[in-house]
Amino acid sequence: MTRHKEDEMEPLPSGAKLWDLRLYVAGQTPKSVAALANLKKLCEEHLAGRYRVEVIDLVENPQLARTDQILAIPTLVRRLPEPMRKIIGDLSNQERVLVGLDVRPRG
Amino acid sequence: MDSSSHEGIRKAPTGIPGLDEITAGGLPAGRPTLICGSAGCGKTLMAMEFLVRGASDLGEPGVFVTFEELPEELTDNVRSLGFDLQDLESRGLLLLEHIHVERSEIEETGDYDLEGLFIRLGFAIDSIGARRIVLDTLEALFGGLANEAILRAELRRLFRWLKDRGMTAVITGERGESTLTRQGLEEYISDCVIVLDHRVIDQLATRRLRVVKYRGTLHGTNEYPFLIDERGIEVLPITSMGLSHEASSERISGGVGGLDEMLGGKGYYRGSSVLVSGRAGTGKSSLAAHFVDAACRRGERSIYFAFEESQSQVVRNMRSIGLDLQPWLDQGLLRFHAARPTLRGLERHLVSMYKQVRDLQPRVVVIDPVTNFLSVGSPDEVKAMLMRLIDYLKSHQITALFNSLTHSLDLETTDVAVSSLMDTWLLLREVELDGGRKRLITVVKSRGMAHSHQVRELLLTNRGVELVDVRSEVGAESRTEGRR
Repeated sequence: MTRHKEDEMEPLPSGAKLWDLRLYVAGQTPKSVAALANLKKLCEEHLAGRYRVEVIDLVENPQLARTDQILAIPTLVRRLPEPMRKIIGDLSNQERVLVGLDVRPRG
Repeated sequence: MDSSSHEGIRKAPTGIPGLDEITAGGLPAGRPTLICGSAGCGKTLMAMEFLVRGASDLGEPGVFVTFEELPEELTDNVRSLGFDLQDLESRGLLLLEHIHVERSEIEETGDYDLEGLFIRLGFAIDSIGARRIVLDTLEALFGGLANEAILRAELRRLFRWLKDRGMTAVITGERGESTLTRQGLEEYISDCVIVLDHRVIDQLATRRLRVVKYRGTLHGTNEYPFLIDERGIEVLPITSMGLSHEASSERISGGVGGLDEMLGGKGYYRGSSVLVSGRAGTGKSSLAAHFVDAACRRGERSIYFAFEESQSQVVRNMRSIGLDLQPWLDQGLLRFHAARPTLRGLERHLVSMYKQVRDLQPRVVVIDPVTNFLSVGSPDEVKAMLMRLIDYLKSHQITALFNSLTHSLDLETTDVAVSSLMDTWLLLREVELDGGRKRLITVVKSRGMAHSHQVRELLLTNRGVELVDVRSEVGAESRTEGRR
């Protein structure tokens, strides 16, 4: 019934890392609009050509809030590479997002 | 309890025996109620019973949101209370919603809200048309989210949202150091707050409930003991004053003609408690057997709690004085419950007695002897236990006879502690008189009636117990030593 981070995926060949990202929003709120803009900018600057962003509006698909265990809006989920990570907020602090996504090493 | 509470407060019955009486009808309908207490106090079970009763008996489907336990665990845990959650779920009356919060998986950057939570709750509520919801326990959110300012603002919004949707909600919370809940949830819930407590003092484990706040309703402010067993939760009155069970004016026979005569000619009051004290062999059990025999003859069910002898011993001994209890056992009017006090704590005994009473719903009970509890508890603890038992029995209009076995020569000392709880106190003594031994009976007290102050002789004949006036010479009639 609940599902978190156990999706089985084929391991990708090293060097060909794909960043599969999902942004959960609830309607066109200022926070959601800001988050999407911040995310696009970050991806273009740091992950150009190797990312995919899917925006999911929970107002339209409320059942996905359950299956993907989403509470906060906006929530960014890194589905790939594994392990899954969640970053909540409008993603305004780019440095923290980069660390949170492991684009940039921690510390 | 005052049921003429303020107008305008609709009540959602919990269906939990006792709780609806204390709260004059249930929880505030369409509003949130906080149930808090330390770990293991029973708050999850109480919240669950509120939902289950609502769903199965009151036509109000419910959503149980669990932040900690998995739905499978929850389903297993409440099966022991007789709740079949899978059945309710399959009938669309109940929905278990597991919300998983794990801080280690979550990074926070910038502004956010908990709209995802609202969407989930809304979706769950709408999918079964829920009228009730439980959030168990919201405090898990504080462990999962770092921004407390956002969280608190969102909680405030959540409670408003639940009210706007007309949901009767139960929010559980863990007891804090100096606050009712660790995260101060009581700040947000002003309508009704119930505190549960599970104390273990020496061997006496006691669950208690207190309504600390109920806006617009006069509520009992005492601490009420409650039980959790395979029938769910039952809240028990703590004092006879707390709940208004009326003192009955009906009189019932104690089964011995001469005794009824001493008790104003009519016997015991229905729903009263009777103490029969005396040393071994003075005829206490025989009086008790007459008492249940008389009840069974009236067609009333009775329970004999035997803490010294087994059922077969009691039946055999009574047969020797011409009293046959076996037919009542066969007809299911009489039930024996024999146990050794040393095997269980006082609380367990109390619970098991409550359970028997709930199950058979007798009109009379015998506890023989109550003094055996002194081996597992102090006199004060035994007295506290008896007080609770008596209040429970009184509230159900059950007449109870307690035998007290005294050992010392000073007959009355061990009874002093419990006699104040009793409405009627019979004292049995054995004296040597004219070269023979005689059993004597006196009515030490009997509230609300003009009782005899005479000392009478108690005879164990082969036609049962007979009371006669004390004569100076020893009677030569046939006499059976009933007990040994």
